[in-house]
Amino acid sequence: MSDQETSVNITVNGQPVQAVPGEWVIAAAERAGVYIPRFCYHPRMSSVGMCRMCIVDIDTGRGPALQPSCMVAVSENMVVDTTSEQTRKAQDGVLEFLLLNHPLDCPVCDKGGECPLQDQTMAYGPGESRFVEEKRHFEKPIPVNSLVYLDRERCILCDRCTRFADEVAGDPLITFQDRGDQTQVNTFPDLPFSSYFSGNTVQICPVGALTAVPYRFKARPWDLTEVESTYPNPMGDRVVVQASRDQVLRYQGVDSDAVNWGWLTDKDRFAFEAGASDLRLKTPLVRGTPLGRFDPAGQELVEATWGQALSGAAEAIKAAVADKGPHSVAVLGGARLPNEDQYAWARLAKGVIGTDHVDAQLDDGLPAHAVIGLPRATVSRACAPGGTVVLLAPDPKEEQGTLYLRLRHAIVNDGVQLIELTPRATGLSHLAAFRLHHRPGEAAAVAAALMGGHIEAGPDGAIGGVAAVDVAAAAVAIADRSDKPITVVLGRPSLAESADFTVGAAAELSRFANLLSAGGRPGIAFLPALHRGNVFGALDMGLAPGLLPGRISLAEGGPALTESWGSVPAAPGVGARGILQAAAEGRIDVLILLGVDPLGDFPDRRLAEEALSGAGVIVASELFLNPSSARAHIVFPAAGFAERRGTHTNLEGRITAQRQVVTPPGTARADWAIAAELARRLGADFGFSSPEDVWDEIARVAPSHRGLSLEAIEAAGDGALVADSSIAFAPPEGITPVPAVDAYSLRLVAARRMYDRGTLVQHAPSLAGLAPGAVLALNPYDFDRVGVEPGAVVQVISSGGEVQAPVQADPGVPRGTAALGYNHPDLDVRDLVDPGTAVTDLRVQTR
Amino acid sequence: MSAPAPPDLRIITSRFEFEDGHTLAGYERTGGYGGLRRALTMAPADVHGEVRIASLLGRGGAGFPAGVKWGFCPPGVWPRYLVVNGDESEPGTYKDRLLMERDPHQLIEGCLIACYALGLSQCFLYVRGEMAHAQERLASALNEAYEAGYAGANVLGAEDFSVDITLHWGAGAYIVGEETALIESLEGNRGMPRLKPPYFPASIGLYGQPTIVNNVETLSNLPWIVANGGEAFAAMGAESSTGTRVFAVSGHVATPGVFEVPFGTTTFRDIIFDPRYAGGMRPGRTLKTFIPGGASSPWFFDEHLDLPLEKAAVDQAGSMLGSGAIVVMDDTTDVVRACHNVVRFFARESCGKCTPCREGTSWLEKILSRILAGQGRPQDLDLLMDVCDNISPGIKWPPRQTTICPLGPSAVSPIASALERFRGEFEAYLPAAAVSVATSSGAAP
Amino acid sequence: MARLSPSSLAVAQEIISRYPVARSALIPLLHLAQEQDGHVTEEAMAHIAELVGVAPAEVMGTCSFYEMLKRAPVGEYMVNICNGISCHLLGSSELIHHAEATLGVKPGGTTDDGKITLEAVECIAACTEAPCLQVNYRYRNRVSITDFDRLVDDLRAGTAGVAPHGKLAMVRQHIGDDRRAGAAPPDGQGQPAWLARNPSDAEAGP
Ligand SMILES: Cc1cc2nc3c(=O)[nH]c(=O)nc-3n(C[C@H](O)[C@H](O)[C@H](O)COP(=O)(O)O)c2cc1C
Ligand code: SF4
Ligand code: FES
Repeated sequence: MSDQETSVNITVNGQPVQAVPGEWVIAAAERAGVYIPRFCYHPRMSSVGMCRMCIVDIDTGRGPALQPSCMVAVSENMVVDTTSEQTRKAQDGVLEFLLLNHPLDCPVCDKGGECPLQDQTMAYGPGESRFVEEKRHFEKPIPVNSLVYLDRERCILCDRCTRFADEVAGDPLITFQDRGDQTQVNTFPDLPFSSYFSGNTVQICPVGALTAVPYRFKARPWDLTEVESTYPNPMGDRVVVQASRDQVLRYQGVDSDAVNWGWLTDKDRFAFEAGASDLRLKTPLVRGTPLGRFDPAGQELVEATWGQALSGAAEAIKAAVADKGPHSVAVLGGARLPNEDQYAWARLAKGVIGTDHVDAQLDDGLPAHAVIGLPRATVSRACAPGGTVVLLAPDPKEEQGTLYLRLRHAIVNDGVQLIELTPRATGLSHLAAFRLHHRPGEAAAVAAALMGGHIEAGPDGAIGGVAAVDVAAAAVAIADRSDKPITVVLGRPSLAESADFTVGAAAELSRFANLLSAGGRPGIAFLPALHRGNVFGALDMGLAPGLLPGRISLAEGGPALTESWGSVPAAPGVGARGILQAAAEGRIDVLILLGVDPLGDFPDRRLAEEALSGAGVIVASELFLNPSSARAHIVFPAAGFAERRGTHTNLEGRITAQRQVVTPPGTARADWAIAAELARRLGADFGFSSPEDVWDEIARVAPSHRGLSLEAIEAAGDGALVADSSIAFAPPEGITPVPAVDAYSLRLVAARRMYDRGTLVQHAPSLAGLAPGAVLALNPYDFDRVGVEPGAVVQVISSGGEVQAPVQADPGVPRGTAALGYNHPDLDVRDLVDPGTAVTDLRVQTR
Repeated sequence: MSAPAPPDLRIITSRFEFEDGHTLAGYERTGGYGGLRRALTMAPADVHGEVRIASLLGRGGAGFPAGVKWGFCPPGVWPRYLVVNGDESEPGTYKDRLLMERDPHQLIEGCLIACYALGLSQCFLYVRGEMAHAQERLASALNEAYEAGYAGANVLGAEDFSVDITLHWGAGAYIVGEETALIESLEGNRGMPRLKPPYFPASIGLYGQPTIVNNVETLSNLPWIVANGGEAFAAMGAESSTGTRVFAVSGHVATPGVFEVPFGTTTFRDIIFDPRYAGGMRPGRTLKTFIPGGASSPWFFDEHLDLPLEKAAVDQAGSMLGSGAIVVMDDTTDVVRACHNVVRFFARESCGKCTPCREGTSWLEKILSRILAGQGRPQDLDLLMDVCDNISPGIKWPPRQTTICPLGPSAVSPIASALERFRGEFEAYLPAAAVSVATSSGAAP
Repeated sequence: MARLSPSSLAVAQEIISRYPVARSALIPLLHLAQEQDGHVTEEAMAHIAELVGVAPAEVMGTCSFYEMLKRAPVGEYMVNICNGISCHLLGSSELIHHAEATLGVKPGGTTDDGKITLEAVECIAACTEAPCLQVNYRYRNRVSITDFDRLVDDLRAGTAGVAPHGKLAMVRQHIGDDRRAGAAPPDGQGQPAWLARNPSDAEAGP
């Protein structure tokens, strides 16, 4: 296609500009360096043309006329003048109108110093007000939810917050109310703006009408230092981290085209509070005498020097290796660390200690081969207009907030068809083309039928609990659109069933990938949606049994890496479950916990408990004392996000930079440095004196990352995508079909909610109270069958144990299924999960 | 002076004289549904053709030819809808309510003809909320029309022509008369106008589909046009303003009333002074000014009386016929109060979407209130004009606007008209000290 | 009572069925709630939100835009005196002042006995009958001071023949199942059948 066809020639203030067809004038001018003032326009939302500030002279051949540049699309030979006398007068007029009712309280307003209204007024505004009447009055700031306050007197009615709530988040819980100059933004009485995304409205409010409770009155913009960084979540949301006096005070989303479009979840946005918590670990702790002498038999954790803690750990490792061999040392966790830190620990474990008992996941995700062995999609591919997304994952709204926003946008605006292959309804269900809500454990049969495989329907006319006709219709819909990309969002939909079922379903879908990509069609690719910070970096850096850095197996990559590392483990190790099993059996002398809490998180709590009791010495590198690290013998205080530099890998394999803006508390150190120091004490010199050194080594030795320089990552605006992998996906073999649910039972689905008992949420005061109470959700039609009343607190019994919980009706839960949140503060679903069974069946009874 | 329309030249108010004109029996007795019957014998495109020939101008305010607007539906996009604008709220306007109350079947017949001609799949009859009686007359008429087989499934037994007419009603908001706000309201939203382009809902309207929005009076003309032919209609009235039109003449006249007259040939003087119409000024009074086409239109004076009630002529003279609302003010009128009254209307009825309209109209209203309260400042009169200029740059006619719809700029008309002609009356309201400054500053270079 | 009663609900369902998109029924349903309770209660808004499948805040957004929908109790009779330009010219201000004095309330206020709410409203489309007013949206034309006083007496005595506030039209549209053409949903319809008609000229003759 020639340039003529892909661009429109316009003139802006006398300069020729090549604009994109369909682009708004305001956007084309901005790319050409001409900033047209605006309040309501937001590039990620539809134009409403409300504020009229962006009005400029536009001539489309019929003479110049004032038109709002946010809603006029460019056209060939258009002439735009943003400086004409009539433009200036119109814009000044609008500004004056906006200021009539706007309080002049800039000195005490949170937005003061970063307020477009203030800036515009300073630049062009009238000196003295010609308005002598009384301003509009409203009750001073009102909370629209527990995180956000609204001062309606400051509001300029730009419709950004309300549009965001409706268009972007799909939570239209704040709306315009009343009319004319009495118009206000508000919620329905007693129905707060309970959205996971409410903080975004604060960020996009062009004035100080919306303020965030955690930031209110904390700082003035001109006191802030800021860096651009990557929030450590699986999506790798781009953020600006702002700090003042060595304290992080705010995260703001950055509009990254490839990733989060400027949005953040409230959970991530306000988690900075946890970083500043008084409970952060500031010095090393060891179990021993009050003087910090390490003594594994000591009753208490006492403060120690780094020297004491490091040598204690090094001695313990040496002793373990000497005594029982390298596989008596195991490393759990590391998913939250930057790539460099993960690499350093991987090298320490596998290259120095020689153990392959290393796992960043806690048996609550998916096997590494399924993540890095399947063809990987990008978010943009999933969202490509007209494509198909198969959701074989937990609810993205709960677990991957910004991915949810991207998918939602694609479905609503770009004609993407969503096919849900989930055990229950999700936040996207009402937008889904097909809701194939299968019985727990039976996704694979539905997946096979979906891909055109012939699957015999059961006597109920269903496949895996989904009506066969629906599956057939969805199969046709997929086939019909096979000229467009098909993307499977792949995650672990329920922790109450074995991961094998999900991997089995992925295998069914992937079997057709080749078939579909024949004839130049884009075929199927997978977008893995795992929980936990930098889990994708962890897998790429080899923090999994049998893997080495660079998406390569121990067997394949070992020989080459031996040259750099000196050695690699002789035999593959085991994953989290195996490690904990071994520890429980007394076979692990040193258990290293890298920012994980198996007692709190590992799906089999009993095993975690036995493992911690059975392990020899427990070494933890942590931000906080959590139930597991409190049981450690040696605790290293680790530097957290914004306290260290490094890189992050997101679910697409996209690598972006993380930057430091504050110093870690006390003597806390970055994990790569802790690993390097331990290595030195074990006789290996990594030669690292900065995270950049670590990266250089990664780019040298990790096959998939080979040659990728930090400069290249910086240079690419949206980071660098790692695509290569030499890991093969291994479809699971011989999965035993799940038994039928008996007539009195319900099969359990347990998935995470956004707010839970997790460390960060609980250490952020503004978020801690948001975790919902546990409820057992049943299909409304199941109450009769199982004989309980909605709202009652019932006894819930499984082969794993018993709990009490209130039951509630939820039409999003299929009949025969029961749903519980995974990580509630007040109820531990793990009490019901029996590790010996592949699915969890429940009985409920009135107490 | 041209002659007022004799009763036999009335088209759409001809049934007003019958007690039972609103019932199906009364309607059928007086030739009702003849237009629809005839339409069904024609090809739909030919029915559209008749309306084009009739050159029927929209009666809602803008005066756009209906036949032309009907042609703006993008080809191949279905379904298409008909939305009837029965929101009549422009101050001074009083005709659609009468047409709905006194001759509801005529409107229903018009709707059916439009649906037939254009392939419109459903009709929504949006009636102003405050018109309870019009709603029940239309409801009764619709129930009768459905029973009798005129509306709904298989109109008049036709296998292929079925269309529902859904009676819908508003809840009090002038702006909803603006056609895109009307559509928003019909979709259950706040009645805020949509962005232009698209300039006509005919391309993207209700539920994003092609939608024809027509005024009650416009559609009420269709039965006659189809029954008598477009030529016959075009033969009435003036060259480009054809047929008849209904005007409400209110205010300081001897016999205020609603009159159907030939469009374009009758003059303002006829309709205001002829004893068969408004009958002239009240005894002993003289004309001061009059609003020719609803509150939004710039005011006219003595020198405009001989203008014909014709779209082009009135446009050219710097105002508009708008919604057929002529409001007459005599020499007793306090122009500042009258001006304030009209401006207050627009301030109260602004939907709040565009800043200049939301803030500007209420600011104008506040300034005028202050002046009326004797607290005007010397600079207020210029301030009024400057605020007007910021809402409607240049204060020209037809108005230019910094807003999405013309509501805000409408508030400019009364101020510009009154202040230009009667500045002294405004100044008289200023405190004595202020006036001397105002006049002297006015004289200063 | 606050949510829609079973009988209101039945009417609501019929209204919803007439629209291709349920949300279009919002304003008619809000009127229905007002007819039931005299004003629109929050519970009714929440119920209507369920019925048409939107968030309660969206119902509030729509409801609060329109003047006729009252979110707090009003008198049994709304007396809306027109203050549009035509009525203004013929003495509406005097009428309003008189009403304020007689009823002892300002526009927007309700008499102590809860009978009458006074409002000064914009043009109600009876301009040739100025000054005029509406009682619960029923017209009174060319209202003199005496007319007004008589009206107030009648309203207080219950002899004005006006239904209580909320009741709008006395006749509802009703479409029998056999006569219904059916709502036309915005998607999935082709060109209407009758457009293909092309009667011969002979047939089309008058
Ligand atoms: C602020 C405003 C209010 C309007 N009010 C009405 C109204 O009450 N009734 C009406 O028919 N048209 C009204 N219109 C005009 C409509 O937008 C539209 O042009 C008309 O309904 C089209 O019908 P017609 O072509 O048959 O005239 C209004 C326009 C504006 C800008
Ligand atoms: S609160 Fe802020 S974002 Fe929302 S409408 Fe008001 S000014 Fe705009
Ligand atoms: S930015 Fe264009 S109208 Fe607000």
